[in-house]
Amino acid sequence: MTVITDALCPFCGCTCDDITVVVEDNKIMEVKNACKIGVAKIKGHHRIKAPMMRTDKKGEFKEVSYDEAIEAASKILAGSTRPLLYGWASALCEVHKKGILLAEELGAIIDNTATVCHAPSTLAVHEKGLPSATLGQVKNRADLVVFWGSNPVHAHPRHMGRYSVFAKGFFNEKGRRGRKVIVVDVRKTDTAAMADEYIQLQQGSDYLVISALRAILAGQAAVVPDVVGGVPKEQLVKLVDTLKAAKFGAVFFGMGLTQSISRYKNIDNAISLITELNAFTKYVITPMRGHYNVTGFGNVCAWETGYGTAVDFARGAPYYNPGETAANDVLLRKETDAAMIIAGDAGAHFPADSVRQLARIPVIQIDPYWNPTTEVANVVIPVAICGVEVEGTAYRMDGVSLRYRKMIEPTHPTDVEILEKITERVRKIRGD
Amino acid sequence: MELLIKNGAVYDPKNGIKGDKTDISIKDGKIVKSVSSSAKIIDAGGRLVMAGGVDGHSHIAGAKVNVGRLMRPEDTRIGIKPRTKITRPQTGYTVPNVYAMGYRYAQMGYTTVFEAAQAIMKARHTHEELEEIPIIDKGALTLFGSNWPTMDFVREKDMDKLAAYVAWGLLASRGYGVKVVNPGGGEMWGYGKNVTGLDDVVPSFDVTPREIIVSLMKANEMLGLPHSVHLHCNNLGKPGNYKTTLASMELANQVKASKDRQVLHVTHATFNAWGGTNWGDFESKADEIANYVNNCDNVTIDMGQLIWGSATTMTADGPVQYANAKLLHAKWGNGDVELEDASGVVPIFYVKQISVHAIMWAIGLELALLTKDPYKVLLTTDHPNGGPFVNYPEVIALLMSNKKRQEEIKTVHEAVHKRTKIPGIDRELDFNDIAIMTRTGSAKVLGLLDTKGHLGVGADADIAIYDIKPDQIDPSVEHAKVKSAFQSAAYTIKGGEVVVKDGQITATPVGRTYWVDASVPQEHTDIMMKDIRHKFKNYYSIGLANYMVQDAYVTHPKVVKAGISAGVN
Amino acid sequence: MTLKVNLITGRTIDQGVTIENKTSSDYQNATAYCELNSNDVGKVGKPGNNIKIKTEHGEVVVKLKENNGNPDGLAFIPMGPWANALVDPDTKGCGMPGFKGIPAQIDATNEKILLMKELIARYK
Repeated sequence: MTVITDALCPFCGCTCDDITVVVEDNKIMEVKNACKIGVAKIKGHHRIKAPMMRTDKKGEFKEVSYDEAIEAASKILAGSTRPLLYGWASALCEVHKKGILLAEELGAIIDNTATVCHAPSTLAVHEKGLPSATLGQVKNRADLVVFWGSNPVHAHPRHMGRYSVFAKGFFNEKGRRGRKVIVVDVRKTDTAAMADEYIQLQQGSDYLVISALRAILAGQAAVVPDVVGGVPKEQLVKLVDTLKAAKFGAVFFGMGLTQSISRYKNIDNAISLITELNAFTKYVITPMRGHYNVTGFGNVCAWETGYGTAVDFARGAPYYNPGETAANDVLLRKETDAAMIIAGDAGAHFPADSVRQLARIPVIQIDPYWNPTTEVANVVIPVAICGVEVEGTAYRMDGVSLRYRKMIEPTHPTDVEILEKITERVRKIRGD
Repeated sequence: MELLIKNGAVYDPKNGIKGDKTDISIKDGKIVKSVSSSAKIIDAGGRLVMAGGVDGHSHIAGAKVNVGRLMRPEDTRIGIKPRTKITRPQTGYTVPNVYAMGYRYAQMGYTTVFEAAQAIMKARHTHEELEEIPIIDKGALTLFGSNWPTMDFVREKDMDKLAAYVAWGLLASRGYGVKVVNPGGGEMWGYGKNVTGLDDVVPSFDVTPREIIVSLMKANEMLGLPHSVHLHCNNLGKPGNYKTTLASMELANQVKASKDRQVLHVTHATFNAWGGTNWGDFESKADEIANYVNNCDNVTIDMGQLIWGSATTMTADGPVQYANAKLLHAKWGNGDVELEDASGVVPIFYVKQISVHAIMWAIGLELALLTKDPYKVLLTTDHPNGGPFVNYPEVIALLMSNKKRQEEIKTVHEAVHKRTKIPGIDRELDFNDIAIMTRTGSAKVLGLLDTKGHLGVGADADIAIYDIKPDQIDPSVEHAKVKSAFQSAAYTIKGGEVVVKDGQITATPVGRTYWVDASVPQEHTDIMMKDIRHKFKNYYSIGLANYMVQDAYVTHPKVVKAGISAGVN
Repeated sequence: MTLKVNLITGRTIDQGVTIENKTSSDYQNATAYCELNSNDVGKVGKPGNNIKIKTEHGEVVVKLKENNGNPDGLAFIPMGPWANALVDPDTKGCGMPGFKGIPAQIDATNEKILLMKELIARYK
């Protein structure tokens, strides 16, 4: 029996690094300190045993060798004129580097799961920057925490305990009692239920409400209508007073802002509000990143290509224009003629029309698990689980880089090994 | 593998060679006395030969740089080059991708570059990027100036603990030296505030910037670190800050150097040599700074030269970046690091007709030209704060040609006439001065002069050959040729391998990462670690077990030993 | 009666717990449902009944659940293939489809909930 302490959880952007795992006979027997989701992720589920292939997507898969699957995958990619390499966020940075190199070789588009998550936040960062901080800064200092369109009780279960709401710190020894918690959402979530103040907006009116708050903050309350997005003006005026009275305020936002009607403009406006609040007191704003290493992909992609995701290598040099080069853009335009889905599940998390396009074209899936992407795949290559069976790097939601430990020995090849082989084979096929 | 460079007009200040035709023999990556007759020969044909360039202050890797990239797709879109058989794609101008960083430095004949600031907690990220920068040797300076353990140990006046912490912090971050940015200010920015001078007390920690600077200099010399404390002064970016800079420089007198180098390096002095009381009466005080440096032997500076056009300011000085963003109405990236420091990223565009920018442009040149000894003033642009490093050749040309400066002065805001001394300075630097400011001096300031910055036997075979014949050119007149030659090396040789020929990348070997392993008595470490463990248990948001940079992130290390028990000196 | 709603989709803890186990009934139970407040639930049936929800982009059968955190007229389905049968694929020029704020209508139904395999088979 081996006990591994200070292990990291490979599920959400909290990247909790205090996990204890008990291992016996290369099996994880017990997971301590993790949340319910983390335990499920680390313990794992029924795996895809061997590589599988099929020509007819309506037909059954046939088990094949890794060499056969890699050969077939390489032929599909090398023969494609507009390949899409999508997923990545559930894999380590070492995998991302191999993926970007393959995208270069192929002249492919590479995009990650942020495309249906926080990629609009990056668009807002292009416009306004991002006044942020590491999570420990919030733990030590924040006396006011706002969750806007985010629901950590469900999506980041230990966030409040470790970093934001309950965490005790140097300047805040009282933890929860030393903080005011405000939740802004369109329905009373379980997070809203534990807030000191809950502000309910009409769905899709975040931009209006943020604009009203900015107007009030700028001393222009007179121009604000009596009710904005379903919220009475008095409540907004009071909220601005509360925000200004804090010594250190932290705003955490989620899909409520990135996925509703105004998309990145919501974030743009929210960042402006935070920047303006800094004229009065200290404020920071942080996106609640979903997958544990979605932030890592954005970082690796930025330092290798200059852009965070949705990078198109068709010109030989990186090109980036979400709305044109993001995964759903090219799928909906039916440009994509082959796709490799790795460490992300487009089949489950893309709109039906995008999945329909995946069903029309050759699809390679690299993943430990059978999921909706498997249902539309032609070549399926099962791999080891990053962060459980493979060590390497991931970036917490606040950009802190951490090294994941290996908990047990892998029973499958790693993503890196598979990508290296595909890249090598693609080069040969293309005669480079 | 052997290589012989013949017929070069060699400038090797350390070895007293000033343009003499000297052959350079190379074997197994080092400069040797002689090579066999089977050595490959490069005929320099009378062209200028120098050691590979050494940059002691440039923001090339890590969290701030990547925030710059993510904030500035408009910058990434500049300088795009597709991949080739040898090179990965290049993007960016002020915030290039990792590949462009390495290629572009090598193309200018630079072979060693130091990242100027990393927080320990984010050092893993810095090393991830450094690992991917091709060709050049590199390292990173580690921030200590607002770290809670630093301030605690300074307050307790416990130099043993402080030195042990610095040694441990360098190990944890795989850092090369002690960087101090707006000491105390980083902590105060945690609540949106700042220190305003050397004697402001940092609340809750009860220390002053003065105490932090002096204590860290003492710890630095106790440990006998190769480099001195590397200081970004308090009040940077504020008119009138030259007084704080001078007062900070004077602090060096309280500390004795442990090695043949400065006690204090004051960085990007362009931003710290400001007179006046506001933007209206803003003026250069570069003469005061240069005068101080001329009359002391324990302080060095670097220019931080301003370059016209686009730049990206990035610094651990969080409050100055908020002020910049407000002043410029620019987008603002802020990145406080718990218990350690602040940071900020703000784009800027330097304009010839803006008086403040014109004066800043002059300040950098004044600093270089009024400081008599080129060993005391390094050529930098504080990339990408003053401007991108690819503009070093422009700076070289300006320093070598008064004619070029006078031509330029005609095109900039008239304030340079009244509020700087640059129009009246006719000094023109020669190739020897430039070699010092761009390699020999930088290597000396960094404590690397045994193997870097010179061409003597035993040095690393890092060499640049420029397409210019020193005995046939008047740099004062033919400054355009000088600039063009330094932009595009005829040859760059890194560790004995030709990596650039005629300005084109020919090979992309992996460079090494320098870091300092400083030993201290174990009992000092043990006592110090009690405090550190307390901080991790209560205040850090990650565990101590996951804090230190692992070997996996420094795959080609060059470990420099130092420390108290190592018997340095 | 047909109930007109505004549909949003999003994460839940059970969706997270089962996300690597998408062939299981646990995953289906965690994601193939639609939450309405009790007032709205009453208009289309009872908690536990099947309902058919339609948008301009598709239709799907899911189980009805009650959540009184929802205001009137707001429907929530956990993110996943059932929700994504309904969402707006338009990326609005920024790469992000419309996962929240989709006009939808809900009717009681006797049709069964498709298994994940059956659901995806509709796209082939």
